[in-house]
Amino acid sequence: MVEGKDEKKYTTISIPTPLAEKIKKRIEGTGFTSLSSYVTYVLREVISGMEEESEEVFSKEDEEKVKERLRALGYLD
Amino acid sequence: MPKPHGGKLISRTVKKELSETTKLPKLEINTNLSEDIINISKGVFSPLEGFLHNNDLENVLHEKRLMDDTPWTIPILLDFNKQDINEIKEGDRILLTNKENGVIALLDIDEIFTYDKKTLAQTVYGTQDTAHPGVANVYNMKQLLLGGKITLLDSKTRKFDEYNLSPKETRILFKEKGWKEVVAFQTRNPPHIGHEYVQKTALTFVDGIFINPIIGKKKSGDFRDEVILSSYETLIKNYYLKERAVMSILRTAMKYAGPREAIHHAIMRKNYGCTHFIVGRDHAGVGNYYGPYDAHDIFSEFPDLGIVPVFFRSFSRCTKCGSVVNDKICPHDQKYHINFSGKKIRELLRNGEIPSEDMMRKEVSETILKFDKPFVE
Repeated sequence: MVEGKDEKKYTTISIPTPLAEKIKKRIEGTGFTSLSSYVTYVLREVISGMEEESEEVFSKEDEEKVKERLRALGYLD
Repeated sequence: MPKPHGGKLISRTVKKELSETTKLPKLEINTNLSEDIINISKGVFSPLEGFLHNNDLENVLHEKRLMDDTPWTIPILLDFNKQDINEIKEGDRILLTNKENGVIALLDIDEIFTYDKKTLAQTVYGTQDTAHPGVANVYNMKQLLLGGKITLLDSKTRKFDEYNLSPKETRILFKEKGWKEVVAFQTRNPPHIGHEYVQKTALTFVDGIFINPIIGKKKSGDFRDEVILSSYETLIKNYYLKERAVMSILRTAMKYAGPREAIHHAIMRKNYGCTHFIVGRDHAGVGNYYGPYDAHDIFSEFPDLGIVPVFFRSFSRCTKCGSVVNDKICPHDQKYHINFSGKKIRELLRNGEIPSEDMMRKEVSETILKFDKPFVE
């Protein structure tokens, strides 16, 4: 059996009612079918925008090995 | 450079004494599955570490996401029949083997489960029509699925390996070249002028282009893999700045899942270190199963994809403008537009004729015609 298989997929978050009303108006006539789908979309966007760029963690030895292959294949001079 | 999808580049390759594994139950798998194993092990399918569990499968089908909310649209599944292998149970470790690719991999079985082929076909392909090649493949799948992590122990050296870079290698390559923004272009054909226009338009705004042909099983009448690679080498040598273009292959089976597959293709290129991905008209489509821009629209569902789609609509040569145009930039009537017809180009080449230079670079046509048999028979 896989861990967390029956984990609850959704949770409830409270937001101020006036804000919820504004959002409901905002999403009228858009592709968003509910307040939840809009809030989910926005939060996903915000969270992914906060992700830092990749700091590669290849070891020096590893990196040298790769560069050697890339030079041998003509990808690097 | 973007983080790998899900935050971590997966590496599941171990050099292990094969004698240690000889007592394990063996499951011979087909070549497409063995390509999946190689792609998982080298991080092309990051964050996947193995074949999907049932809960991830359900979530991918209905939410287009893994259970941890990471966007994922194409299920990566390991199917089998009970009679293929002696009795196995959850918690067992087995050996997956494929003769053609010489793949030997461990699978730690977390889950053995059933699935519904109709639901799988309908959700992934949007149809249950068996004339759709992806749906036909689903209906040909075996009874049960195995979910669990894999570890690649061995695989054969293969043709075109000199063009085959892993995500780790492309990430180091892009860094060495000083490329911060890289646009990926997927292809299954030699380049015509329209392709070059799309690539160079996108390249103008980033540091480099990653041309990434899909290599593998082809149907009769398609260009052979070596023809595609040689023709691109010719194009890059003659018409690209060497320091701005890289070509490397991707071995994976086309699913023809249209919009869902466009997302999957973008995810793979993100893992290679690309920041942008070119999506054309009817990307990964087949027949009339998808709208021409469904593969564009689906991207709006994924604000957290982590790679920027670069959309191209149809493009053609305008005899009035005297250049390649698209419907956003050319005011002239359709009668002045000549479409880039892959079919027509193939017909000319099949007859040994060189297509007009308005359609294909002469050097590219000549490269193709140097092959005795440029097409799959």
